[in-house]
Amino acid sequence: MAADLSEPGAETDHRASDLALGLGRFAIVTLLTFLGLLAITFFIGRVVPIDPVVAVVGDRASQEVYEATREALGLDKPLPVQFAIYVRDVLTGDLGTSLTTGRPVVEDLARFFPATVEMATVGILIGVFLGVPMGVIAAAHAGSWLDQVIRVLGLLGYAVPAFWMGLVGLAVFYAGLGWVSGPGRIDIFYDGMVPTVTGLLTVDALIAGDMTIFANALSHLILPASILGFFSLAYIARMTRSFMLDQLAQEFVTTARVKGVSERVVIWKHAFYPIRVQLVTVIGLSYAVLLEGSVMVEIVFSWPGIGNYLTTALLRADMAAVLGATILIGTVFIVINRLSDLLYRVFDPRSR
Amino acid sequence: MGAVRDWLTDDAPASRLQAQAGRAWSIARAFGRNPLAMLGAVIIGALIVVAIFAPWLSPHSPVGQDLGSRLLPPSAEHWLGTDELGRDILSRILHGARITLLIVVMVALISAPLGLIIGAVAGYFGGWVDRVLMALTDVFLSLPKLIMALAFVAALGAGLQNAIIAIAVTAWPAYARIARAETLTFRNSEFIAAVRLQGASHLRVIVVHVIPLCMSSTIIRVTLDMAGIILTAAGLGFLGLGAQPPLPEWGAMISRGRSFILDQWWVATMPGFAIIIVSLGFCFLGDGLRDVLDPKQREGR
Repeated sequence: MAADLSEPGAETDHRASDLALGLGRFAIVTLLTFLGLLAITFFIGRVVPIDPVVAVVGDRASQEVYEATREALGLDKPLPVQFAIYVRDVLTGDLGTSLTTGRPVVEDLARFFPATVEMATVGILIGVFLGVPMGVIAAAHAGSWLDQVIRVLGLLGYAVPAFWMGLVGLAVFYAGLGWVSGPGRIDIFYDGMVPTVTGLLTVDALIAGDMTIFANALSHLILPASILGFFSLAYIARMTRSFMLDQLAQEFVTTARVKGVSERVVIWKHAFYPIRVQLVTVIGLSYAVLLEGSVMVEIVFSWPGIGNYLTTALLRADMAAVLGATILIGTVFIVINRLSDLLYRVFDPRSR
Repeated sequence: MGAVRDWLTDDAPASRLQAQAGRAWSIARAFGRNPLAMLGAVIIGALIVVAIFAPWLSPHSPVGQDLGSRLLPPSAEHWLGTDELGRDILSRILHGARITLLIVVMVALISAPLGLIIGAVAGYFGGWVDRVLMALTDVFLSLPKLIMALAFVAALGAGLQNAIIAIAVTAWPAYARIARAETLTFRNSEFIAAVRLQGASHLRVIVVHVIPLCMSSTIIRVTLDMAGIILTAAGLGFLGLGAQPPLPEWGAMISRGRSFILDQWWVATMPGFAIIIVSLGFCFLGDGLRDVLDPKQREGR
């Protein structure tokens, strides 16, 4: 790019204009991708073998009732018009009514989502605080047995089914060793005893100042969150290692070493400092993947989150709920994806 | 032996055959020096052998019920124990290899060509064709794969065939990206211009000259993706949305063993080991292939 040749004084201007350009791009791409998501859920909603009218009125309704409902649902209009109406409904928060719970899907999602966020957030914290140091250590000792162990651990993150790990974890740590509580979010006799503020049970217990409930909620949370965390750990450690190896091969690192800077400072200051933007991108992406991965873990742990809601709805052919949950997870996924991309573009000079 | 090796390692091959054989030889040698890659190749080789010869290798029938020997722990008669209907778990896992192999082969056969064609067309033509196709690819890439597969299966109905379609529909965008990137590197090369001057149609250029050059990076990526595909398929099976009973699909077997996990741990645990071994095999193999075929991309994932 020609702009890169201008004098260094213009650097701050560049960053501001990059930010504006990035934001514009971010908005357009996010919007288009969101529309793409809606197009897919709309398509899935229309190709379902079940007649959407019959799903509402039942198969013994008279012809008049059937026609009236068909019209009320807007199914007599051309597809593009139906899609426009669909987009408008979604944007105004109307995702239909769940057949399973009988409530609007939006209300259901608001009830179930915090549990998923709580588990995924603790999971990503575990993944970051263990994965980043592991990646750095692996890179610093590249080729050693330590590096190999971390590498195999990382590969296991791609090879072990999350639901299987959940089952084995329950058998070992709950039934066998008794270190953690079993499935569910909290013991039944503590259920509903702290007022809901954030929807995150551990945080709500802290707000209420009830340490017993906090400890109980934590003992339910820690195993599923650790299992989720393992999968992000695998990815984060692998990426950290590869970024660090790139940095450690740079000339300024060699220069620092030749100057006699201690290995610790070389690794953590010279080599680690430049990769933090890339790392934030990776962490953002793994958080998005965790939200998705929580589906399988939630089922094993009977965790009352969005994944459980989605699969329960799936097995009962409750399409409004299935598509609502898909839109929610998809939207969060897209936004995190795009934000990571934006961050990368703005703060990594090489991508300009 | 020595003469064959000299012929293979000749610096100035006299024929196309000799050049290709020599290249294959050097790739095989580099591959052989990588122990994890060899382990991966052995595992996948074993998967294929087991899938083909499952009926002869299995000590018992995979579906034959024997209610007298329900939930038996691993023993000399039943190496991996029996399930809640008295079926031999080892025999079911061996037959399950067929389903796993079928899934990965079918997903690869559907999604890789789709991605290759979309990516090659986008890269070759450029301009608005590129923009539209890549926008579509990016939309699919930024959607959560497992959730989309679940939603597609919800629409299509549960079953092995629909699970394969749902996974394939979510797997192709990565291959389109790779094929496009590869195509861009040689789109303006002289050999493409030469073929065009000889009167080759766009279709012919893409199919005969562009796509073959995108193959090696796509194969690497497909191999690396296999572990994820197996996990997704097993997840669908676990949810009851993939292969239906009494098919011995590994994910579905884990799901059935779920009720007995505390007392009869082997029912759910054993199929999990099968999944892990095969997935790791694909990871090792993919890593090894990448190091040998495409050193640029090392640790790029």
